[in-house]
Amino acid sequence: MSRINEEQVKYVADLARLSFTDEEIKTFTTQLDDIIGFAEQLNALDTEGIEPTTHVLDMYNVMRDDVVEPSLPREEALKNAPLQEEGQVKVPLIMEAD
Amino acid sequence: MSNFETVIGLEVHVELKTKTKAFCGCANQFGAEPNTNTCPICLGHPGVLPILNREAVDYAIKAALALNCEISRETKFDRKNYFYPDNPKAYQISQFDQPIGRNGYIEIEVDGEKKRIGVHRLHLEEDAGKLSHLEDGSGSLVDFNRVGTPLIEIVSEADMRDPKEAYAYLEKLKAIMQYIDVSDVKMEEGSLRCDANISIRPYGQKEFGTKTELKNLNSFTFVEKGLAYEEMRQERVLLSGGEVVQETRRYNDATKTTTVMRGKEGSDDYRYFPEPDIIKLKIDQKWIDRIKAEIPELPDARQKRYVEKLGLPEYDAMVLTQTKTMSDFFQAAVAEGADAKLVSNWLMGEVSAYLNSNYKTIDQVPMTAQGLAKLIQLIEKGTISSKIAKKVFKELIEKGGDPEEIVKAKGLVQISDEGALRDMLTPILEANKQSMIDYKNGKDRALGFLVGQVMKQTHGKANPKMVNKIIIDEINKL
Repeated sequence: MSRINEEQVKYVADLARLSFTDEEIKTFTTQLDDIIGFAEQLNALDTEGIEPTTHVLDMYNVMRDDVVEPSLPREEALKNAPLQEEGQVKVPLIMEAD
Repeated sequence: MSNFETVIGLEVHVELKTKTKAFCGCANQFGAEPNTNTCPICLGHPGVLPILNREAVDYAIKAALALNCEISRETKFDRKNYFYPDNPKAYQISQFDQPIGRNGYIEIEVDGEKKRIGVHRLHLEEDAGKLSHLEDGSGSLVDFNRVGTPLIEIVSEADMRDPKEAYAYLEKLKAIMQYIDVSDVKMEEGSLRCDANISIRPYGQKEFGTKTELKNLNSFTFVEKGLAYEEMRQERVLLSGGEVVQETRRYNDATKTTTVMRGKEGSDDYRYFPEPDIIKLKIDQKWIDRIKAEIPELPDARQKRYVEKLGLPEYDAMVLTQTKTMSDFFQAAVAEGADAKLVSNWLMGEVSAYLNSNYKTIDQVPMTAQGLAKLIQLIEKGTISSKIAKKVFKELIEKGGDPEEIVKAKGLVQISDEGALRDMLTPILEANKQSMIDYKNGKDRALGFLVGQVMKQTHGKANPKMVNKIIIDEINKL
C-alpha cells in the first residue's frame, strides 16, 4: 500500500520551489514512499512514557557572549550572487500585495 | 450601536537591542550600509554553526517577566521552513511548542476603564532581511543586515473588543519594553511591528467568527484605523447575508480601507522541526531571579505611586508614565524640590506642546529637569510672573541653561517693590483717569484694561497681584 501519492510530492516540491517532469514525480513518489516505509519500522517500538528527543546531545545552555565580531567585507558577502545592484542582491520582483 | 461584538488579537514583533545578532557575532545595527553586517552564519552558508546569544535570551526572559508570563524551565528552538528571498537559510530559527514565556497579561485603560489583556505566549526568534522593490519593476533588492537580529514575538489572547483597546495595548506594551530597555521600539525603524487578527460575532455567541489578518500596519494609529475599517467591513458582509473569508488583508492609509493580499502560497505549511544546531535551554530559578532583579519599576507601578504618594490625578499619572523618558524627567524635576502637580502641568502643557510641534522627545531638548524645576520655583517665589515664565521657558527649552541666569541676563525679574511700582503707576494712571472712573461706576473690565496698560509698559515685569492692589487703592482714593 502506498503511503505517498503524487499530489503530495507535487505539494512538497511546490513548497521547496522546485519543478519536476511527470517522470521525475513518479520516481520521487516511489522513493519517498520507500523512505517513509523504512522509517515506519520505528512504529514497532513501544515509546509509551518516553519524552520525545528534541536533540541528540544531552547538553544544555551553550551560549556565546554578546560581543561584536568582524563581518564579511561586502564584496565577499555578495560574491556568489548572480545579480547585484547598489550593494544588494537583486532578485525577481517580489510583491506581497496584489 | 451594533449587534456584533468585535474580537481582536495582536501579534507584535519586537527587535531586541543586543549588540550582536541572535546566532552570530555580526553587529545588530539599524541603518548600516546594506550588506555590511553579514557573515557565513547569518547568510546561511553550509556547514556553519550558529551559537545562541546569551544577552538575547536574558532580554526575552526579562520581557516575558515584565509581561507577567510564566517562564518555561526547559525550552528549545525550532526551524520554521519557508522560501523567500529575505531569508537565505530557507528557514527561520524560532520557537514552536516551547516558547520562553506563556500566560502573561498587560493592564490597559480605555476611557477610564481598566482591563487585563492576556499574553498567550512570547518566544525568541530571528528576523529576516529587508526587501526593497525597484520602482522600474525590474526586480527587488535584498539587504541581509537585518537577517538574524533577535526578535521576540508576543501573541496576545483574543481579549480585545474594540480597536481603541488594541491601541492602548500597543502603547502599554511599547512603554514596558522601553522601561526594561530591551528594544528601541520604534515603529518607523521596524523595531516594533504589529499584525492584527479581527473577527466579529453576534452578541451572546460563544464561538468566534471567521477572522481576517491585517498587515502593513505601520503605526499605532494605522492599527486602530485598519481595525475600525475591518470591523465595519465584516459587519456589512454579514448583514448582507455574506460570509467573512479567512484571508490576509493590507491596510492602505491613502484610502483608509483594507484590501485582500495575495498570500504566499503554502505559507502555512512551515514544517517545523527541532533545530539541531542549537542546544536546549534550561532556565533555572537562579537565572529567573537574576533577571527579575534587573527589572525596574514598570509604568503601572509608577502610575500608582504618582497618584498615591505624589497626589497626582490618575490622568496625569497615566500620561506621564507613557514613556520612560518623560517619567524619568518628571521624577528628576520633583527630586529637585519642585511641586509635583506644577511639574506635571508644565510637562503636559507647555512642554508637550513644544515637543509635539517640533517632533521631539523630552530627551532631545537641551532643557534639563533641574532647569524646569528651578523655573517653577522662581514662579512660586514670585521672582518672575507666570507671563514672564513663558518667555524664560522658550529660551530654556530651546537653548537650555539656568533659568535664574536667563532671568538676570534678560532683566526679567519681577518688580514687586511697592514704592517702585507706585512710581511707575502714577503717570499711567494719570493718563487713564477715565478708566478708573469707569471701574468705580461698575465697569469691571476697566480694571483689566488698566492692569494691561501697566504690564505693557513694564514689559510684563510688574507683579500683577501688587499692581491690582495699588490700582484699586488709587481708585478708592478717587
